[in-house]
Amino acid sequence: MRLLDLLGFAAGALRGHRLRTTLSVAGVAVGIAAVVALTALGEGARAYVVDQFAALGSNLLIVLPGKVETTGAAPFGGVTHDLTLDDYRAIARLPRVRRSAPMAVATDSVRYRDRGRDVPVLGTTADFADVRRLEVGSGAFLSAGDPEEGGNEIVLGVTVANELFRGESPLGQVVRVGPWRFRVVGVLAPRGQSLSFNIDDVVFVPVRTAMRVFNRSSLFRILVDVRMRDELALAKRDVEGLMRERHRADDVTVITQDALIAAFSSILRVLTLALVGIASVSLAVAGVGIMNVMLVSVTERRAEIGLLKALGARDRQVLAAFLAEAVLLALTGGVAGLAIGAAAIRVFVGIYPSFPASPPAWAVAAALGVSLAVGVGFGVWPARRATRLDPVAALARR
Amino acid sequence: MIRLEDVWRTYTVGESEVDALKGVSLEIARGEHLALIGPSGSGKSTMLHIVGCLDRPTRGRYLLEGREVGSLSEDERSHLRRHRIGFVFQFFHLLPRLSALGNVELPMLFAGTPAGERRERAAAALDAVGLAPRAAHRPDQLSGGERQRVAIARAVVMDPAVLLADEPTGNLDRASALEVMSLLEGMNRRGLTLVVVTHDPAIAERARRVVRMSDGEIQGTGDRGPGTGNDPGLPGARCPDPEPRDRG
Repeated sequence: MRLLDLLGFAAGALRGHRLRTTLSVAGVAVGIAAVVALTALGEGARAYVVDQFAALGSNLLIVLPGKVETTGAAPFGGVTHDLTLDDYRAIARLPRVRRSAPMAVATDSVRYRDRGRDVPVLGTTADFADVRRLEVGSGAFLSAGDPEEGGNEIVLGVTVANELFRGESPLGQVVRVGPWRFRVVGVLAPRGQSLSFNIDDVVFVPVRTAMRVFNRSSLFRILVDVRMRDELALAKRDVEGLMRERHRADDVTVITQDALIAAFSSILRVLTLALVGIASVSLAVAGVGIMNVMLVSVTERRAEIGLLKALGARDRQVLAAFLAEAVLLALTGGVAGLAIGAAAIRVFVGIYPSFPASPPAWAVAAALGVSLAVGVGFGVWPARRATRLDPVAALARR
Repeated sequence: MIRLEDVWRTYTVGESEVDALKGVSLEIARGEHLALIGPSGSGKSTMLHIVGCLDRPTRGRYLLEGREVGSLSEDERSHLRRHRIGFVFQFFHLLPRLSALGNVELPMLFAGTPAGERRERAAAALDAVGLAPRAAHRPDQLSGGERQRVAIARAVVMDPAVLLADEPTGNLDRASALEVMSLLEGMNRRGLTLVVVTHDPAIAERARRVVRMSDGEIQGTGDRGPGTGNDPGLPGARCPDPEPRDRG
């Protein structure tokens, strides 16, 4: 039997039951559409986050105290040195480093008259704004100068400024952080979440001051902006070498922005796969639907099966005919599902144009492959039942 | 050409065994027109199914054109059914979704005949049963007699050696029945071996040989000499009507 004839025969049988065919195609289509749309959204979210990170500047190295490694191997072996302002200055002098900024962090309440707000207080230097690509909304950022000097300037995140000052201009006003008084020199432009801080809800003070008033001996991080993106790995090695020399131990961790992006990317990919897994349940349901339809069809068409055998159709031709029906159902559903999924994504992108949602090629291929597998997988058993029918018994009934 | 030797067919129904055929021996020559008669349950349909390679004897030998069919594989039997045997059924068994032409093409579809040749041969077969103008009609647009003629065209389109008809007129009015029978007899006269299962005496009358079955056994064979096929008005009174109700 020729393949085209086989498909024609199967399609003819399906056309005989339009409603039933449409419904089981719809079942598969919903499943495939869900898989495609969710993959596109998940991948879109991943791309979006990666883009956002890249926008922060992908030339970034982050130095943190302590070595990330399995603990317990040498319980008393290493002493973790503090990350000091001297370390920061040494790093800032490295030739491959364009700029560097120290970070000391504490949480305290910031008060203006009777209003107060508990926020993270970041002690840093003027270079921080450049390293993190921060924009100042009004006033200025911390002034450049010797980080050892400290000072009582403070820069407010936009949320902090709005909450404390309610429309008044904060510039030049005095706020209290704990018992200490600071003079507001600037307010940042709105920015949002960045590297585990909501920049809008943070205040910045000179690093020396922060370390003194919060009694910190160690910096929380040192951010390093590398001159050339290609030299990121080299710069990382420079920093590590420098710190090893200064501390006489391997006790700092240097991570690149790339590592962070990769981590986020893989987390989001797992989330996408989880979404797809959930959507696949609907595909399994659709497969059971196909199996049901094919079983009904085999039962209804006993006489036809008997006839085909009497006319000399081989068992495997009967099998192929019924399997072809199941596969056609599933594949039609798969193609329809792709179309529906693509349309849904288009609508979504129409509403949120900045969101880069598009189904990845592997998802499209997988959707078609899966629908084919569903057709074969759930069609085999009914088709086998058809071939096992005794033609004499099948023909005896009308 | 067809030779049954002490053929038994035993079904298992629940706990008990039922003998549908009890040691039947029969020989059918090439080109013969034979009627199998008997009450329902007498085993005549079982015999037809065995002859048609749809069923196998439990015991005994069945030879078709000299080949022992019982020992053939399922595929070889399919091949025999496709090329050597044509079936006509009481309920026509046309596929309602296909046109008359499509139904006649069906056996060639499974034989892998190319589409062009398929259409040509099916059209010729329909023409031979006088239905060329109705080729595009679906079964529900055809009368009973026309449907059976489509079924006959389908049965002979592969040019089989033997045509097996199971109550071919059982669902037809008298006029259509005669039309169908004369069509079959015409093919028989051109050399096709014809076996008709019936319990209509008037139909059995027309055969050259009548084999009467009862309770799984052959009760008698009446050789009637040359057929009386051109005499449609003949009442079939003399053929003994089957009465025994003793089924296994």
